[in-house]
Amino acid sequence: MATPATPLVLTNARVIDPARDLDAPGAVIVEDGVIRAAGPEAINQGAPDGARVLDVAGAVVAPGLIDMGVTVGEPGGEHRETLASASQAAAAGGVTTMVTSPQTEPVIDDPALVDFILRRARDTACVRVHPMAALTKGLHGTEMSEMGLLQEAGAVAFANGHRSVTHSGIMRRLLTYARDFDALVVHHTEDPDLAGDGVLNEGLIASWKGLPASPREAEIIMMERDLRLAALTRGRYHAQLISCADSTRAMARAKNDGLDVTCGISINHLTLNENDIGPYRTFFKMSPPLRSEEERQAMVSSLADGTIDVITSNHDPQDVETKRHPFAEAADGAIGLETLLSAGLRLVHSGDLSLTRLLAAMTCNPARRLGLASGRLAAGAPADLVVFDPDRPWILEKSEIHSRSKNTPFEGARFSGKVLHTIVAGREVSP
Amino acid sequence: MSASIPPAADVYPHRHLLGIEGLQPQDILMLLDRAEAAVEISRQVEKKKSVLRGRTQINLFFEASTRTQSSFEIAGKRLGADVMNMSVSSSSVKKGETLIDTAATLNAMHPDIIVVRHHAAGAVHLLAQKVGCSVINAGDGAHEHPTQALLDALTIRRHKGKIARLTVTICGDILHSRVARSNIILLNALGARVKVVAPATLLPSGIEQMGVEVCRDMRQGLDGADIVMMLRLQRERMSGAFIPSVREYFRYYGLDREKLSAAKPDALVMHPGPMNRGVEIDPEIADGPQSLIREQVEMGVAVRMAVLEALAAHLPTR
Repeated sequence: MATPATPLVLTNARVIDPARDLDAPGAVIVEDGVIRAAGPEAINQGAPDGARVLDVAGAVVAPGLIDMGVTVGEPGGEHRETLASASQAAAAGGVTTMVTSPQTEPVIDDPALVDFILRRARDTACVRVHPMAALTKGLHGTEMSEMGLLQEAGAVAFANGHRSVTHSGIMRRLLTYARDFDALVVHHTEDPDLAGDGVLNEGLIASWKGLPASPREAEIIMMERDLRLAALTRGRYHAQLISCADSTRAMARAKNDGLDVTCGISINHLTLNENDIGPYRTFFKMSPPLRSEEERQAMVSSLADGTIDVITSNHDPQDVETKRHPFAEAADGAIGLETLLSAGLRLVHSGDLSLTRLLAAMTCNPARRLGLASGRLAAGAPADLVVFDPDRPWILEKSEIHSRSKNTPFEGARFSGKVLHTIVAGREVSP
Repeated sequence: MSASIPPAADVYPHRHLLGIEGLQPQDILMLLDRAEAAVEISRQVEKKKSVLRGRTQINLFFEASTRTQSSFEIAGKRLGADVMNMSVSSSSVKKGETLIDTAATLNAMHPDIIVVRHHAAGAVHLLAQKVGCSVINAGDGAHEHPTQALLDALTIRRHKGKIARLTVTICGDILHSRVARSNIILLNALGARVKVVAPATLLPSGIEQMGVEVCRDMRQGLDGADIVMMLRLQRERMSGAFIPSVREYFRYYGLDREKLSAAKPDALVMHPGPMNRGVEIDPEIADGPQSLIREQVEMGVAVRMAVLEALAAHLPTR
């Protein structure tokens, strides 16, 4: 970021800015790393001196994607993923902001570690990185972390990784304490006692496979508990990954009651179901487990009606060491930064979702929830952009994956829609 | 805020002092006026009075206390009482005797006044129902600590000349504090404006209906304060249960010079003790010119003399 970016003008664009419900032919003018104008009003405004003019020939220009659920291996698991390699994957997928999980080794539960992530990101990553810090010390779910000091260090939210805080009294105090700092509590909703050793969605498929299964109630009970506590404390709450229709019903009710609550979903649970697991394919093993096709369809509807706010990749790099095991012993998690948008476009092509709604869940919605300036194409906003052709066909080849880990459930998948350019602060970071 | 406070009463109308709740403003003023006189007595060479001569005072402390217990002991002795200290470690309570058994046993010894501290809210009320003598609450759980509130009021009045219309900010662990509850009641009764500042995890439910303004941060809470009352944070609450850490607590809620600058320039700082220097209060402030913390201890003896004397009027004379 040493020299200022040259001004940039994207012409002949289909400009989509979900924050203002805009989908129209137009242009985008970028100068000094920020947007000067975007949309129909930017046509024929002339280019700033020395600007690079890029004719995108009808492609979509939208705010760069904000991925609210990225697990990176740095620190502690750099062989799986570094901030640098994750950012390359992000750039390839049109993701201009990664919001990272505190579940690293060590856990991000100290202000000095937040500072470490931010400095490493500044020095090595090509997209923006906003760390979430641990909600509880060591993610043990017992002692609250230093939310004030962590927030001052730069943490944008507080999460407990893939572990739920099971003690309701502690969760209550966390939500209460966080409120003093206007901090957002991001929670993985799974009752570990009810989920038990379950590795699949409870039902016929798991039963035939002979695998221990986790009932949907493991998620719903935790979700309903959390929403009760959010009502009690008036805290700011975000359910990180939901996967069941009943969870969305509880969420819709809570929103209707005026609570400050939101929820997210992984792209996997919108585009895959338990049938995709096939012959014990561990790249499809994740938490929460992939659900039935009926649940998946209900999730898509809840996204369309606005009950679900945010789509994440839930990017979670795992290597051979952790994945090449019998299904029940393999680690959870799939990578997803590079395929987030293309997989999401499947829902648009199937007619289930408007493109604007899809993009809102990946741009302005997470930005609003986290208080980020990006995620919209407003004059003065950071010039973080994705340019994509929503129809261009491509096949995901393992050899072309940028992520250091290759555990994608979409290997060999055919997609319609490909990222052409990714721009962060006015600079092209991909291709 | 009540603008007109009636003049002090002549006679204290109760047999016990179980809390500030239930006292009328004139009762409080009477105790404060008597305490003023007791301050003078305590500063004389000859400190002895004979109001309680021949009377037996038992200090029954189920919870360890240094300053409150010794304060009550000195107060009783200065009034001529025979004072017996009974603390939990040397009593039969540890052997499984119930509170009621203890009360009955003590009652059989014909004490005139029992001073009780207990870790359970309401225990002092229960004991008062089971004994024939006067009972003084020296702190029951997170409920009340009336003599602390009285000594705080006396200290404030001696410096500011009044209580009414002062702004008093109470900071810290309100949730577990009997000192805060007694002070909130007393300060409201005498027409002060009370503000509280604490992390939300250390505020009781419904605090905004307890006669206080709830403030989010120290700057807002201390703005315009005449008096800043800091509360002690118990060690077991410091590391993750109610607050994340001592350093975070001190950063946002510890009273230091910078935060105190939001209060009035002549604001005074109080603390019921014992202090955690560097947790809730910067040593520079605790030991600085705006601190009344030492003086609070002196006023404690005077207030307890005043209370004992007031209750003496209700003791049977034959």
